[in-house]
Amino acid sequence: MLARLRIADDEVADTVDKLTRIVEFVDRLSQAATGDVVPMAHPLNASQRLRPDLVTEPDRRDELQQNAPAVSDGLYLVPRVIE
Amino acid sequence: MSAAWEVIIGLEIHAQLATASKIFSGASTAYGSEPNTQACLIDLGYPGVLPVLNREAVRMACKFGLAVNATVARRSVFARKNYFYPDLPKGYQISQYELPIVEHGELFITDGGEANGEPRRIGITRAHLEEDAGKSIHSIHEGLDRFSGIDLNRAGTPLLEIVSEPDLRSAREAVAYMRKIHSIVRYLGISDGNMQEGSFRCDANVSVRPRGQRELGTRTELKNLNSFRFVEKAINFEIERQIDVLEDGGDIVQETRLYDSDRNQTRPMRSKEEANDYRYFPDPDLLPVVIDDAYVEAVRATLPELPDAKRERFVAEYRLRNEDAGILTMSLALADYFEAATAAAAAKPGLVANWVIGELSAALNRDGIDIEASRVPPAGLAALVDRIADSTISGKIAKEVFDAMWAGEGSADQIIEAKGLRQITDAAELEGVVDAVIAQNPSQAAEYRAGKDKLIGYFVGQVMKATGGKANPAQVNALLKNKLTGGELSDGGGS
Amino acid sequence: MTDAGSPLHTLTLTQIADGLSRGDFSSREVTRACLDRIAAHDPALNAFITVTADEALAAADAADAKRAGGDTGVMLGLPMAHKDIFCTRGVKTSCGSRMLDDFVAPYDATVVERLAGAGIVMLGKTNMDEFAMGSSNESSFYGPVRNPWDRERSPGGSSGGSSAAVAARLVPAATGTDTGGSIRQPAALTGTVGLKPTYGRVSRYGMIAFASSLDQAGVITRSVADAALLLGVMAGFDERDSTSIEQPVPDYAAGLGESIDGLKVGIVRQHFDAGLDAGCAGAVREALAVLESRGATLTEVDLPNLDLSVPTYYVVAPAECSSNLSRFDGVRFGHRAEDPADLFDLYCRSRAEGFGAEVKRRIMTGTYVLSAGYYDAYYLKAQQVRQLISDDFRQAFEHVDLIAGPTSPTPAFRLGDKTDDPVTMYLNDIYTIGANLAGLPGLSVPCGLVDGLPVGLHLVGPHFAEQSLLRCGHQYQLETDWHRRCPNDYR
Repeated sequence: MLARLRIADDEVADTVDKLTRIVEFVDRLSQAATGDVVPMAHPLNASQRLRPDLVTEPDRRDELQQNAPAVSDGLYLVPRVIE
Repeated sequence: MSAAWEVIIGLEIHAQLATASKIFSGASTAYGSEPNTQACLIDLGYPGVLPVLNREAVRMACKFGLAVNATVARRSVFARKNYFYPDLPKGYQISQYELPIVEHGELFITDGGEANGEPRRIGITRAHLEEDAGKSIHSIHEGLDRFSGIDLNRAGTPLLEIVSEPDLRSAREAVAYMRKIHSIVRYLGISDGNMQEGSFRCDANVSVRPRGQRELGTRTELKNLNSFRFVEKAINFEIERQIDVLEDGGDIVQETRLYDSDRNQTRPMRSKEEANDYRYFPDPDLLPVVIDDAYVEAVRATLPELPDAKRERFVAEYRLRNEDAGILTMSLALADYFEAATAAAAAKPGLVANWVIGELSAALNRDGIDIEASRVPPAGLAALVDRIADSTISGKIAKEVFDAMWAGEGSADQIIEAKGLRQITDAAELEGVVDAVIAQNPSQAAEYRAGKDKLIGYFVGQVMKATGGKANPAQVNALLKNKLTGGELSDGGGS
Repeated sequence: MTDAGSPLHTLTLTQIADGLSRGDFSSREVTRACLDRIAAHDPALNAFITVTADEALAAADAADAKRAGGDTGVMLGLPMAHKDIFCTRGVKTSCGSRMLDDFVAPYDATVVERLAGAGIVMLGKTNMDEFAMGSSNESSFYGPVRNPWDRERSPGGSSGGSSAAVAARLVPAATGTDTGGSIRQPAALTGTVGLKPTYGRVSRYGMIAFASSLDQAGVITRSVADAALLLGVMAGFDERDSTSIEQPVPDYAAGLGESIDGLKVGIVRQHFDAGLDAGCAGAVREALAVLESRGATLTEVDLPNLDLSVPTYYVVAPAECSSNLSRFDGVRFGHRAEDPADLFDLYCRSRAEGFGAEVKRRIMTGTYVLSAGYYDAYYLKAQQVRQLISDDFRQAFEHVDLIAGPTSPTPAFRLGDKTDDPVTMYLNDIYTIGANLAGLPGLSVPCGLVDGLPVGLHLVGPHFAEQSLLRCGHQYQLETDWHRRCPNDYR
């Protein structure tokens, strides 16, 4: 499944019930007369600021990998990937 | 390939942009560092971090758009492409979807073999900015064979994804198109185009249909095409495979296939089996990229002379053959080399071009080095070519001199002097050799006189052999003809 | 004891600042007093996930030393807490989730950095709904926070740890974040002041994202003046946040004393419809009368699409959250399942174990509304309705300076009361969500007690109108003492 979540068997019924209620609730949107209203992605009508192309980040690998559950040879480990 | 089938190819080229820092972070983009030493908080997708767009990436994309006669969008939008993969730290790739920065471009290819040398227009649907993913490493070392290792140094490197229209009709055309794009991005200085390092790579969408059919056949997407040679081989393999399947009454499955260069075949990619629903939506962390006309014009002013224009100029200015001009302008460095050598030489540009395309390119290829690192500089080559033009040496001897120059033995003149390679142009000296050769080959001389004209070559060869190749071939030719036909002169009664 | 005779923990931030500058007490003393309060009362409230006592005392000593060296910074040595959604370098930052139970942030959020730079002493990290998804603080991995006014009730959410800690006088102030009401609603339910600034006013860098186009950092304090003081430090452009706005930061504290005579206050008729508790309605109407008495004029305004704000929010926010939370995959940080069989198993189990039920529901809802075939009907539609709601506000603000109404439809509800039906829980935010969708600043100030439980007055203004909001709130507080009321057990 797309969200990469596993739902335990005993939670399935409750999850489905609650998700159904949520979807029914947001279905109220279908009543809205939106015509050709431009969709709003941002609260403010601003444009993207651009950053100068400068290298500002030092190597912090060893520090950052302290948060990693599994690391070897500087690499983050995952179960073997088959392409 | 069967004439009954028409091939339809579209390419998606990923060109890594030559910025110093990443597209959304201040980490370095340098290649080849220790794993994860160039993956900062933002590249790692740490909780709470946010992307800020690199100014240079935008400028480079704009430059490319102008170079391929495209529309540069005054407003473009970054979107999130959502999927899970270990080399994709955030679980989404920041890319452009509905509103890319470049649309509706084109370029022309002349060497694809489909239009008898006439330029063929290939449409460029779009080019958009996006971030690269990291790398999965499958054999870390013994004891870790159940794991893959993730290196995120490459994550967040700016890419320009250039999508062609399905206008390409053969693997050869696909390569010609890809070479053209490669040449353009290198000319523009927006990508180093290094295919070994993965900074220029391509996916190909390939389908076939019975010639004359309107609707397109089912396509497959070929991944992992990281050299021009592999692009051609993989596409040709895939075309054959598809035709075989269809001719056997089968159906093509729409899928992603990986090219295996060791076996020269394509196979379905296992990791992409799951039908992906990328759930694109505008990235709320980034605002629309808005650029104005003044910006676009300022970028346009920085455009260099591009390959097509340079090629035309080479034909007009240097009187080169169109094909030679095409080869010389494929790479900016090669074109620059040629122009520098021509400027330094008294000889005609055509002769310089022959040497750049011939001996020099062969030597570069043989040693696997770039033109920038050529062991014979433009002025050195110019001096050598000038010695041919002024008849100091023959073209054949010049090859020997070139090899010596390449080996670092000195300049053309030094080598000619040191090895005594100067051509024999002294008429008396040559005459003596010619006479001796004729005298040593009486039967051949008789045959020649009896009408076997072709034997002149044999005599020239003998003279050259006797002079160690130093005789001027034209002079030898004239002398021989004179002596062999005009028997009355064979007693040396003057010339 | 101060010269005013009040215990240190009862002082507002402004009073502490005054005391420190007069030399009545040291930062170490006031910090120590807060830590003692936390130690004494937090076991019953569960407002804190992490208390950083040693670091706090060290920071207080540093502030005292600076002051002794002549530094007169207003914020120097003032203690406060941070919601555990803000990254704090070297300190556990859990976001209320098992997913980040072991996570030590390697950097400071811009908000944390700016406040620390001004001399603020961090006391600890407050409890919150998991990833800020909730309105009752019941979705926290660390258990629910209890409302100091009635410990059987919720302090609101998601910034419930911050609101409870401020209401119980454990800390004078705490940061919060507000995606659909998560600062203002808990402030209303605990009798505290909650300020959500304009979207883009305060940097989001280092604030763990829930819904990026809605999230905004703010504060929970005891007085409007305190909120103004903190906003002045927190607000401002941050080059690390592309959505942060490059606009000068006014002196918010300076304008507080100005009169609200002539201020045009809009009243939304739908706000007083059937959904609103009668007691709350009465308290809010009285508050409006107070504003009128200070010279404000009340005008009715219409927000025709108000009803759609909650369903719009519950499409937009889950969509963004489903993507924002994809980074929690058990690879680089966060919870990782034991012995994953393969990559798919690693992802599915790490996420199933690391996330709680409400977070999973929102991820699934968000995944659904963005998926092929549903995108147009849900996500795109919601973006369009969002535009309509935003337009409604814009039109309203052509006629009025501010809009006033209730913050929450009811006073604090009992823990467990609304956990069975997510939709009932979602409707808690009906009055606050509009401001997030439109990116507007909002302020909740205490305006009464119903059956011993606080009620909040909600003020919303146009973009960057924080000054008028704060002035109006402050003028109201000059006239009333609801913000000085303290729950019985915490005097």
